[in-house]
Amino acid sequence: MQANPTPSQTVSAGPAPVQGFWATRRIVLALIAVALVGWSVTSLNWSWLANPKYQALLLQGAWNTTWILVVTMVLGMLLAIPLGLAQAAGPWWLAAPARAFCGLIRGTPLLLQLWLLYYGLGSLFPSIPWIRESDLWPILRQAWPYAVLALTLSVAGYEGEVMRGAFKGVPHGQLEAARAMGMPRFTIFRRIWLPQALQRVLPTLGGETVLTLKATPLVATITVVDIYAVSSRIRQDTFVVYEPLLLLAVVYMAIAGVIVLLFRWLENRVPQRTA
Amino acid sequence: MANGNQQSPEAIRVADLHKSFGTHHVLKGVSLTAHEGDVVAIIGGSGSGKSTMLRCINFLETPSSGLISIAGEAVAMHPDGSPSDRKQLERIRQSLGMVFQSFNLWTHRTVLENLIEVPVHVMKCPRDVAIDRARKLLARVGLAEKEDAYPAFMSGGQQQRAAIARALCMEPKAMLFDEPTSALDPELVGEVLQVIKGLADEGRTMILVTHEMKFAREVASHVIYLHNGLIEEQGPPDQLFGAPQSDRLKQFLKSVA
Repeated sequence: MQANPTPSQTVSAGPAPVQGFWATRRIVLALIAVALVGWSVTSLNWSWLANPKYQALLLQGAWNTTWILVVTMVLGMLLAIPLGLAQAAGPWWLAAPARAFCGLIRGTPLLLQLWLLYYGLGSLFPSIPWIRESDLWPILRQAWPYAVLALTLSVAGYEGEVMRGAFKGVPHGQLEAARAMGMPRFTIFRRIWLPQALQRVLPTLGGETVLTLKATPLVATITVVDIYAVSSRIRQDTFVVYEPLLLLAVVYMAIAGVIVLLFRWLENRVPQRTA
Repeated sequence: MANGNQQSPEAIRVADLHKSFGTHHVLKGVSLTAHEGDVVAIIGGSGSGKSTMLRCINFLETPSSGLISIAGEAVAMHPDGSPSDRKQLERIRQSLGMVFQSFNLWTHRTVLENLIEVPVHVMKCPRDVAIDRARKLLARVGLAEKEDAYPAFMSGGQQQRAAIARALCMEPKAMLFDEPTSALDPELVGEVLQVIKGLADEGRTMILVTHEMKFAREVASHVIYLHNGLIEEQGPPDQLFGAPQSDRLKQFLKSVA
């Protein structure tokens, strides 16, 4: 192609047009985004946002969505670790029930699990006198414990399977070195096996957390007031159909963005060499 | 046994060790005694059982039968060979520094963290004491600059030197080397052998499984030639390498020369 390319020519001539193309494209995309935002701000109906009642509801909904996500991810992972370990290294009488649990959770819709717990346990409990008289009753009477339970079990089922692979994926030599140095078994688990398994699983776990976030609207079906329930309420009250959904999308994207950033930070704490 | 330091106390004794994997009889009754300061080299072809023999000493492989005794203390075993006293085994393992063919530094920790992990979190040594000791050892193996590096960013030779320092950081009574240079590029073998030689020169008790015959002859006080799970011949290095008796050893030495 080039008759007599000097090094400086080959370096500058090659990538420059591509970069120019991408730069132009990026500017165009940014302009389109700005235009879209401008259009939606000016020509859509956002008047309901000024209503203090809806503002309070939206805050409460966003808060509920967030804490339900955080609590169920944490509790779910705490269950997933023993579930994964039992399958990766446990005796058959631990591995078999763990595998069955993960299979059951992964094989049925979350909505079904949620309703079975809420309508099943939720109607069973009131018929048992000692539960109704216990101090826990004011809590068990509400919907959120069933939402938290269902989501926690769901996270446990999926992440239990993920952790099984993660535990198995830690190279044998890493554990053998620890054994050879006289580490007690639980110390090996706590200091070597678990941290390395979690580190392997972080990229997957970030994605799973986003997926769990997007599963949280199901709790609205059992009367928990999350951000989705609030947007539905506003739509019913005001007959504004489209704008609350847009706001909902923005809220979920914002939370998902925070999750992605958080996991990227966690992943970068231990430098990895990809080679 | 014809070891050099008969007057010094016994460090490691293996007696009539058998090991089978299923129906495959890998070790058919081998014995070894290392006194303090001895450097015992185990040589032999692949499949001769030399790594298995070494790994039985700290029970990374469970012997099928036999006796392992460290500094005069026999490791408690069930009749099937498995260790019966976990606490005792952990304590004994802490007194044996093991170096692997594939280094096995913990990848999620820096070099310094690798060194102080067991001293601090298992042996309950104060952290600053352990760090101090670790830094001295790193300087000794030529890795003073690398204490904050993660293993994945180091060459094989550097990783193996760090792994040796990690084993030394437990202040073990003896060192076990399992083919420490076999996974290294040829140009990195020398730096690791030099570190091991330094340990031998300062009188550390070591058992060394190796393919480096020249090195074995240079550092060992006693050499064991293993063939098909049995000790075919053993003796001082000059005798074993200089005037081998058995035909198998003669042939082996010719094949690796």
